Amino acid sequence: MVKTRSAWLSFIALTVGLVLLPLLVQAGLGRGWVRIIDMALLYSMLALGLNIVVGYAGLLDLGYIAFYAVGAYVYALLDSPQFGLHWPVWAVLPLGAACAGLFGLLLGTPTLRLRGDYLAIVTLGFGEIIRIFLNNLNTPVNITNGPQGISVIDPIQFGTLSLAAPHTVGSIELSSPQQYYYLFLLVFLVIVFIAIRLQHSRIGRAWAAIREDELAAAASGIPVRNLKLLAFSMGATFGGLAGGLFAGFQGFVSPESFNLMESVMILCMIVLGGMGNVVGVILGAVLLTVLPEALRMLGDWQLNHLGHIVVNPDDVRMLLFGVALIGMMLFRPAGLWPNRRIQREWRNKGS
Amino acid sequence: MDIFIQQLINGLVLGSVYALIALGYTMVYGILELINFAHGEITMIGAMISLTVIGTLTGTALPAPLILLIGLLAAIAGCMVVGYTIERIAYRPLRTAPRLAPLITAIGVSIVLQNVAMLIWGRQYLPFPPLLPQGWHNLLGARITDIQLIILATAFGLMLALDALVSNSRLGRGMRATAQSSQLVGLMGVNANQIISMTFIIGSALAAVGGFMVGAYYGLTHYYMGFLLGLKAFSAAVLGGIGQIRGAMLGGLLLGVIESLGAGYIGILTHGVIGSNYQDVFAFVVLIAVLIVRPSGLLGKPAVDRA
Repeated sequence: MVKTRSAWLSFIALTVGLVLLPLLVQAGLGRGWVRIIDMALLYSMLALGLNIVVGYAGLLDLGYIAFYAVGAYVYALLDSPQFGLHWPVWAVLPLGAACAGLFGLLLGTPTLRLRGDYLAIVTLGFGEIIRIFLNNLNTPVNITNGPQGISVIDPIQFGTLSLAAPHTVGSIELSSPQQYYYLFLLVFLVIVFIAIRLQHSRIGRAWAAIREDELAAAASGIPVRNLKLLAFSMGATFGGLAGGLFAGFQGFVSPESFNLMESVMILCMIVLGGMGNVVGVILGAVLLTVLPEALRMLGDWQLNHLGHIVVNPDDVRMLLFGVALIGMMLFRPAGLWPNRRIQREWRNKGS
Repeated sequence: MDIFIQQLINGLVLGSVYALIALGYTMVYGILELINFAHGEITMIGAMISLTVIGTLTGTALPAPLILLIGLLAAIAGCMVVGYTIERIAYRPLRTAPRLAPLITAIGVSIVLQNVAMLIWGRQYLPFPPLLPQGWHNLLGARITDIQLIILATAFGLMLALDALVSNSRLGRGMRATAQSSQLVGLMGVNANQIISMTFIIGSALAAVGGFMVGAYYGLTHYYMGFLLGLKAFSAAVLGGIGQIRGAMLGGLLLGVIESLGAGYIGILTHGVIGSNYQDVFAFVVLIAVLIVRPSGLLGKPAVDRA
């Protein structure tokens, strides 16, 4: 893949940059911002997962956060005082991902043979249902601990090495968020690799064909329904994996972390960044994770300089997302960093 | 037995409201094959406008029924404007775009409406002014309130009127023709854009009435109320056969009854394992079941293009 000298140089620069990033951020902006970068990585994984469904296969999934919830709760239930279980990470994370994938299959089977818009609304309902169940499964047998959520979840640990405590590597002391960063980065890079390879594989090309013209794809011998199911459950699996990481990282999960607005936000990341384009999607995810934090600082600024908060950033955040969704669709439907092929598709049909 | 009748009455009342809202989904889908995600939010806006107008007029010399009527009319007018605007801004420019595009703008519109409502009316639950008559009657051992009677009568009246409009009037004929082919009707001298606008306006007006009823019935409104209402009304529309106007009416009533009976009996049937806090799940279960067993709905014809 890497051929020329300049490509090598930028590859090395990128690697060094990604490795040094948490060290620089912690030194410059403080530990809080390292956590934000960690979240940005988690959201990038989610966005890449949803991108398989929406960007590659062209299926609108509005309940994607439910799969994240499944992964997070699997981890939370098997690694917390809730049931007194403390399973090892290498068993829990794949299990959470597999459970999420299974849910994806269960949900996709009845809906994927129908038109795309049914899928949108059914997934939307599914997301809510999962949340309602998580909220109510504390009676008669307490499974999820209801609205209070599950706390004191074990941090991610490998053997005796827990990522919650600082460790010294060489002469550098790594804080807990920094160690999580390196773990997340590793998983993230694997997902990026899979996403890129998938796109140009036989399966990826079949998805593009389905996205562009389902009837023609079916006529060319593509097993439309199975491939749609594959996209759907593969996206769900990524979501479940990210959910498990989130539960270990956060140490606390509650149903409120998995509401519809989260699903919409991940969709926003994809639409804003550029559907179907891995780099664009990551760009969207990072932007939309970091921007709200920056907006929050704007609120503090108002408090300090104007004495009171004129416009509460938390109140207008979702409003801005909504406007961005409409605006992007009307004026730049393929996103900030578009996938060339999708850009062509949207232009052709638009004329 | 009287529990059964009571839940049946409650279900029919709830269902007639669902039906009014479901009509908006089904009419738009029938013509554009588009799920108007923002429809639930239009309902919410209707409830909020009527609440504000009625709240402002309460305490003036005007008689209560007149205040309610003004509130309702204001809500209808407001929602018509909102519905028309949404169609012009968010859907019309994307009519030839890939199917994903209008779906995404619809979600955007829905979020914008929700958050604008939150900024205007705040995050808290707002009480609906108790101007409606509070009396009740005995019916076969169950209790039916005046509000329920008014809701039932209004909803059925409106449904009959809409049915007559669609099957007999010039506009209704235009709507049915546009549903068959929005390109061909142009050749027959029908202005398809106008018909589509009218569809959104009528659907929004019905949603406004629905929102007003929900507010008056439960006595509460909230900026987030449109989401679940919309989801349920959509399920009702699918149950009846999306695109079918009479289907939406039937689906709405059925869903209301299913939900009401389900919530009333599920605790007894499962010995308290699952309680009525799962009421909101029924609509979704119905939706999935319909999609598996009979995707075209109760009154729909099997779709030719299922892909």
